[in-house]
Amino acid sequence: MSDFLLEIGLEEVPARMIAGAEAELGKRVSDLLKRERLVAPEAKLTTYSTPRRLAVLAEGVLARQADAEKVVMGPSWKVAFKDGTPTAVAEAFAKKAGATVADLKKVETSRGEYVGASVKQTGRTASEILMAELPKEVLAVYWAKNMYWRAGKPERFVRPVRWVVALMDSNVVPVEIAGITAGNASRGHRVLHGDVPVVIDQARNYAKSLLDAAVVADVAERRQFIRKALDAATRTIPGARWREDEPLVETVVHLTEWPTVIVGDFEPEYLDLPEEVLVTVMRDHQKYFAMEDAEVKSDTASKLLPHFLAVLNTQTDEEGAAIIRHGNARVLRARFKDARFFWDFDQKTPLADRFESLKNVTFQKELGSYYWKTEQNLAVATALAAEARVGDAAFDEAALFKAVALARTDLTTELVKEFTELQGIIGGLYARAQGLGETVAKAIYDQYTPASIEDAIPSTVEGQLLGLADRVQTIVAMFGIGNAPTGSKDPFALRRAANAIVKILAESGLPLTLEDVIKASGVNDAGKTQVSDFFRERLQFYLKDVRGFTYDMVNAVLAVGADDVRDTIARAEALAAVRGSADFLAVSAAFKRIKNILRQAEEKGYQPSQPKLAQLALEAIDLWDRSKELAPQIANLREQRAYREALAQIATLRPTVDAFFDKVMVLDADETVRSSNLGLIEQVLKNFSTMADFSEIVTG
Amino acid sequence: MSTAQPAPRVSPTSLTFQDLLFRLQAFWAERGCVIQQPYDVEVGAGTMCPETFLRVLGPKPYKVGYAQPSRRPADGRYGENPNRLFKHTQFQLILKPPPVNVQELYLESLEAMGIDLKHHDLKFEEDNWEWPAGGAWGVGWQVMLDGLEITQFTYFQQCGGQDLDPICAELTYGMERIAAFLQDVDSIYDIVWARDPETGAQVTYDDVRLAEELQFSVYNFEMADVARLWEHFNSYEAEAQALLEKVRTLLTDENASPKEKQRFPLLPTYELALKCSHLFNLLDARGAISVTERVGVIGRIRNLAVGVAKAWTAQQEAAASG
Repeated sequence: MSDFLLEIGLEEVPARMIAGAEAELGKRVSDLLKRERLVAPEAKLTTYSTPRRLAVLAEGVLARQADAEKVVMGPSWKVAFKDGTPTAVAEAFAKKAGATVADLKKVETSRGEYVGASVKQTGRTASEILMAELPKEVLAVYWAKNMYWRAGKPERFVRPVRWVVALMDSNVVPVEIAGITAGNASRGHRVLHGDVPVVIDQARNYAKSLLDAAVVADVAERRQFIRKALDAATRTIPGARWREDEPLVETVVHLTEWPTVIVGDFEPEYLDLPEEVLVTVMRDHQKYFAMEDAEVKSDTASKLLPHFLAVLNTQTDEEGAAIIRHGNARVLRARFKDARFFWDFDQKTPLADRFESLKNVTFQKELGSYYWKTEQNLAVATALAAEARVGDAAFDEAALFKAVALARTDLTTELVKEFTELQGIIGGLYARAQGLGETVAKAIYDQYTPASIEDAIPSTVEGQLLGLADRVQTIVAMFGIGNAPTGSKDPFALRRAANAIVKILAESGLPLTLEDVIKASGVNDAGKTQVSDFFRERLQFYLKDVRGFTYDMVNAVLAVGADDVRDTIARAEALAAVRGSADFLAVSAAFKRIKNILRQAEEKGYQPSQPKLAQLALEAIDLWDRSKELAPQIANLREQRAYREALAQIATLRPTVDAFFDKVMVLDADETVRSSNLGLIEQVLKNFSTMADFSEIVTG
Repeated sequence: MSTAQPAPRVSPTSLTFQDLLFRLQAFWAERGCVIQQPYDVEVGAGTMCPETFLRVLGPKPYKVGYAQPSRRPADGRYGENPNRLFKHTQFQLILKPPPVNVQELYLESLEAMGIDLKHHDLKFEEDNWEWPAGGAWGVGWQVMLDGLEITQFTYFQQCGGQDLDPICAELTYGMERIAAFLQDVDSIYDIVWARDPETGAQVTYDDVRLAEELQFSVYNFEMADVARLWEHFNSYEAEAQALLEKVRTLLTDENASPKEKQRFPLLPTYELALKCSHLFNLLDARGAISVTERVGVIGRIRNLAVGVAKAWTAQQEAAASG
């Protein structure tokens, strides 16, 4: 049993791409070894990565494939053997397969009898196979962005390949990848180890050898190392904790080979800047961790401290640490200073005075500027507000319209040009600072939430209405110029916008339906169906993928209405609650049967009629009575949205329905009986299908 | 920055702004690079100089470095912002094709500027670059030194709308940032540009450039005459287009001699395109380019730049075969 090591040495790979590529390379090597019958059952695969390398260590690799027998298929038996005598065709095939005619045998296939030859295959060595197959596997790894580097452009990869290590135990497998022949020499940390090659003596000693060269090749180890170092550095500031930030931890994990952490400080005066700005500068621009007061509970507003943590890709002495701390603090200070400069500068032109300049900011080339967009949004918001008023929603209409009008004006501010990721938030902060009132400020601040389906919706009614108006306007306008999403293509993130609308309607108390929102958008009749279908599909996604309802329940509730989002959810919840009951399933099965019968009747041209009691069987009369008795109750419960009770009531129909189908032949030969029966079941279906189409429920 | 306070004391032994440039130039000269003087037409970045834009096209190897003053009118701040300039200095280096140890060479060049990497934290972080008007893009990094971006390192993949083969490495050092960092000053204007070796008297960035930052900001933002800028733009464009039309005919003319093709003034044509690019930036700073116009105007510049690049490649081929 051997160990196989492959290391691809690269110039710094983008941090965001490393984890995926490491996993993919591991899988490709593992699949290759399995495919080629080169792994022992106890084999173990470990992957490694740093910004400068991707590596795979496979322990328990066979040095060569076992010999095998393989049957090679030849011509049809009839052609190869005439009356049991081999023909020239048989001889030619045997020769080609490396067998004698005597070795040929008859093989039964689905297409008839064929000639087969057993051929012995001598197993190839692992090295031989790896030499042939590895380059293809490595170069097939997916990268979000590739480059050429060699003259003649023979291959593309994320960054130039600079060295390759390939070892079977201690023996080099001289595979050639991107023009580089593998050896046993890796490289250590650029500065801490320098240019001296790191010779890997044994495949299994890979991680250890690199550790001696100041490279932690194991990602989990590096992650743990960084977390511990962040904790340790935090302890030097009494009463502080570092702000947890998993994506940032992942980023720095993939930016370092030998991570250490330093604490830096900034002037407390910068704490006057909004926390959003400070954290964005630290996290997004500098990849620093913010520090906050550990005393403040996590559910209340946090309090930043004038310190930061930087993860370095080096280890240095006191002198170096002082220089690095000073340098990082200097950069941060300059950025904060800039931010403050922009903040002060922006105040010279209040948001209200920026409206006109939105004419110079493109919303969409074919549609117009944000000035145009804002005018459209105002029209949509006006219609939505009127509809919400009818539904007795309480909100400050003047504040809403002001928020809609000013929502995008922050696009013209210097601070947003500098920190584009803070658009909306900056607008909200400016609105507050400029005395436009908390309602306006909050609505503007929240306008892009929910940014994802996990995100919370705006906390105020004004914010919710602004969010609805802006998004539905975008969707309808984009659909209007042929930019509706298709398949995996959704360049304008319209699905995300529609998801947000569904989520706001679902989780706010707004008395608005999807129909109201679509109508407010002013969409023309030609475009309306497409937009409605699009929202229906988004609601379906929301119920299924976000709320976790099964597809049959989703179909059942959507079949009777996909307009009122909260009502649809309530019906789905009630359905989920009764779903397990045997009575309910039986009734659902009966409804499916009713639907089938009605369809058959229609195909045969049988008409239902008003049921004539005199024509009905006893069990049918029972059903008729029970249905008439229950219908008003159900209607009443539905009215009150007491769906769970309503469904429980419907389930009580079971014995009556069962008896009916046991005894009654619906499609009776007698036309009057038949049409009465059909009228009866049609009425039953109608009475009880107001909350969901139960026939959609999978009962099997 | 013009303040009444004395400039912070910069260590009398620290390298001056010009020292840093000398060292970088010497370092790359010793590695076989042509050291060019800055290009004398306004450009927004060192990439736009013909020494980069045209030299990277075609198969011919080339190594060149130059310190290019780069003008971005909209970035001007009247000399009031300690970190932003209308005109900054890029040390631009092109290595075509890139040697396999290009990153190591780059690190040595930092050491040559007195940066002891043992005492600093250095990271190569993904940053891809593109110049749409030049039909140019590449992948690479921003090089971060103690949290400061000091260099843009790009592997050019396409230029003038053409796929490059061989590709080249482009290193763009932000000289003001590096100098402020090494001299440990918070404002660019406090950078010591030169120091008299005998008296120790210092000349600062403020002394050399403040008036220029102020006056160009005033011109770019307030006084440049929009109508005339458009006139200039249109006239430079017309001249460039006329030349491009001529060269297209010439290069496809089988009867034209190689000599005739070689002497066609494509370099002047490219300068006209650069003029247009700069005028566009001025108009932009004046807020004179409307939304609807913007894409169109960039497209016009692109037509010129890409047109020259295409003709240039053909001209070089003609020269090689002649």
